[in-house]
Amino acid sequence: MGDPPVIEKAYDVVIIGSGAGGGAVAQELAPLVREGRNVLLIEQGPRISPEECNGVELDMAPALYQDDGGFLTADGTMTLAFGRVYGGSTFVYTGTSMQPPERVIRNWNVPGVEHSDLDARARKFAAQNNVHYLADELINENNRLFVDGCRRAGYVAQQFPINVRGCNGASICNLGCHSGAKQGTHRVQLPAAEQAGVEVVTRAEALRIEERAVIVRVLNKPDGAKGQPSEWPSGDYRIRAGAIILAAGAVGSPALLLRSHLPGLPRRVGEGFTCHPAHILVGEHPRPITNDVGHPKSFFVDRAEEEGYVLETCMYFPFTTAKNLAGFGEPHSTLMRAFPRLQMILVLACDKAVPGNRVTVDRDGAPRVHYRFTDETIAALIRATRASARIFFAAGALRVHAPSANPPLLEASDADRIDERIDARHFKPGKISVSAAHLMGGCGMGRSAADSVTDSYGRVHGIPWLRVADASLFPDSLEINPYLTIMALADRVAEGIRQDAGSLLPMNEAVSRC
Amino acid sequence: MSNATFAPVRDRFRTIARTIVPEAEALDEGGWVELERIVEQGLASRPSSVRRQLRLFVRALDLLPLLRFGRTFRALDHQRRTRFLLAVQDAPFLLVRRGFWGLRTLVFMGYYGRASTAATIGYRADVRGWEIRR
Ligand SMILES: Cc1cc2nc3c(=O)[nH]c(=O)nc-3n(C[C@H](O)[C@H](O)[C@H](O)COP(=O)(O)OP(=O)(O)OC[C@H]3O[C@@H](n4cnc5c(N)ncnc54)[C@H](O)[C@@H]3O)c2cc1C
Ligand code: SF4
Repeated sequence: MGDPPVIEKAYDVVIIGSGAGGGAVAQELAPLVREGRNVLLIEQGPRISPEECNGVELDMAPALYQDDGGFLTADGTMTLAFGRVYGGSTFVYTGTSMQPPERVIRNWNVPGVEHSDLDARARKFAAQNNVHYLADELINENNRLFVDGCRRAGYVAQQFPINVRGCNGASICNLGCHSGAKQGTHRVQLPAAEQAGVEVVTRAEALRIEERAVIVRVLNKPDGAKGQPSEWPSGDYRIRAGAIILAAGAVGSPALLLRSHLPGLPRRVGEGFTCHPAHILVGEHPRPITNDVGHPKSFFVDRAEEEGYVLETCMYFPFTTAKNLAGFGEPHSTLMRAFPRLQMILVLACDKAVPGNRVTVDRDGAPRVHYRFTDETIAALIRATRASARIFFAAGALRVHAPSANPPLLEASDADRIDERIDARHFKPGKISVSAAHLMGGCGMGRSAADSVTDSYGRVHGIPWLRVADASLFPDSLEINPYLTIMALADRVAEGIRQDAGSLLPMNEAVSRC
Repeated sequence: MSNATFAPVRDRFRTIARTIVPEAEALDEGGWVELERIVEQGLASRPSSVRRQLRLFVRALDLLPLLRFGRTFRALDHQRRTRFLLAVQDAPFLLVRRGFWGLRTLVFMGYYGRASTAATIGYRADVRGWEIRR
């Protein structure tokens, strides 16, 4: 028996991925549809409705994330969380909405990328996403204690602008928003694009890219799985396109390029991967606080420029919390039983793109992320952990759990020995949990194929019909929550396609209407 | 044991799990079956080589204390089991630390993934949010 037949289709533009980048670019290409072009977006994950988001960790993580949210780096010392669903990681993000930081964009030093331009584009998406500050009465004690602790310990806490409409404070943002309050691309840009005529097909994975074509596999919905079936019959498709836009994320886009073996592909594909490695820290208070109700992430401390870290409020679910606390046995269980009294802080290191930290593919074409913690990254995590311990104690915590202390529990009597107790010698990869959700780089922008993969409009050097429009464009880490900057860059990519449409997308009869 | 991965090493797995989460001592057979079902589900999408390695690791953890204490892990008292696993967790070899981290993560998934555990530890998040908490 031979292989099943491949179904042929043709479009003017094919977008791969529906997250922050793919959603933005799909919406911004709607004018092409009005001009008579056809635009297709394929997404490997399913469409999941808000009502299906029940807040149960072990139901939702497999439905929404790649590898249940625990994609392991090649040496197994860090887990990466990224979405695999209509809306991509914006379906599971917390919705904190930061403008591109001027200092970082300047330091990227990408010809053609100006901070003022990105800032204006990011503001456009912030307006679409209803970005605003949460009203004071909706802030829970987990967040208030952070603000209070920061004030007493001498840190400047700032409020996060967030992108919700009618948030009821279910606190389960990272498992999908049951009330549909969070404004990811699945709520805003993708529906707008579809309404304007962009076709979206889910459960459709791009297997590889060929010269102006994508090979796609559409799968049936497995029995009992969440989400809607695909819009197309299952099978393998070969989709010809005038332009192909990769928006499969900082792991997915480089991996897809690498397994496609396109002639002339810049050799830097996969390099420059960064991810803001993070720890979850907890402080135990003497009384119950509101922590598992209310928007989880309302405040942050930005020490990126001075000390290489950012602190954010957070609140996680029982298994995620258990996994991220160091150790086991009685001390671990005691802390877990104190759940209603726990305050949580997420510490993120502003890591730098370094040689060796990169995405590759294995023999089967599956992504592998190679990541080594540099001394600078470890030092930043230690500084961030020490600062958090001070903030917890200043807020009244009885004890603090810090993964880079041994043993990890600090009592209030240790408050004046924080620097001694929390130390880089206790940062043992493989022993302590490190996770990351801000995945960046792998198809970085720059001047030429010698130093980068694309130009400032996401055009892959030497392959004019191939564009990139997602977090993989970052030439280095952003040092703050990235989704608005990704959308701003995707907006530029869409503009580039619209500008190049004349040469790139001839009104070609061969691109038959499907 | 309802799960395939640890079925051949069931007693050893449960003894390790009880050391990692001491409250697991109180689980009845139904509780263990549920824990093991969750663990198996978590492993379902992983390659069979990973499951084989985990089984091997559990066997090794049971035997290694023979070198230090002259007894298998199962034959040690709770204090010594803890002391031994603390040493494994801090082992000089990344492969060993990683193996233990993976096993510990699965035990936590099985134990804290149960709805009854969430209730026991006082985790009350609900999709209705503030509406049911004010
Ligand atoms: C838990 C969590 C919380 C976060 N919180 C915030 C926050 O509060 N604020 C913030 O700014 N950022 C946050 N982020 C980060 C932010 O969500 C991401 O940086 C952003 O969504 C990345 O956009 P992207 O387009 O690069 O990739 P993604 O949004 O990850 O989208 C990529 C999409 O491509 C699809 N795909 C991949 N490969 C293929 C293929 N071969 N074929 C078809 N489809 C494919 C994937 O399924 C996915 O849907 C968070 C992320 C996570 C995981
Ligand atoms: S806290 Fe708000 S945004 Fe987050 S899941 Fe709940 S309702 Fe949605």
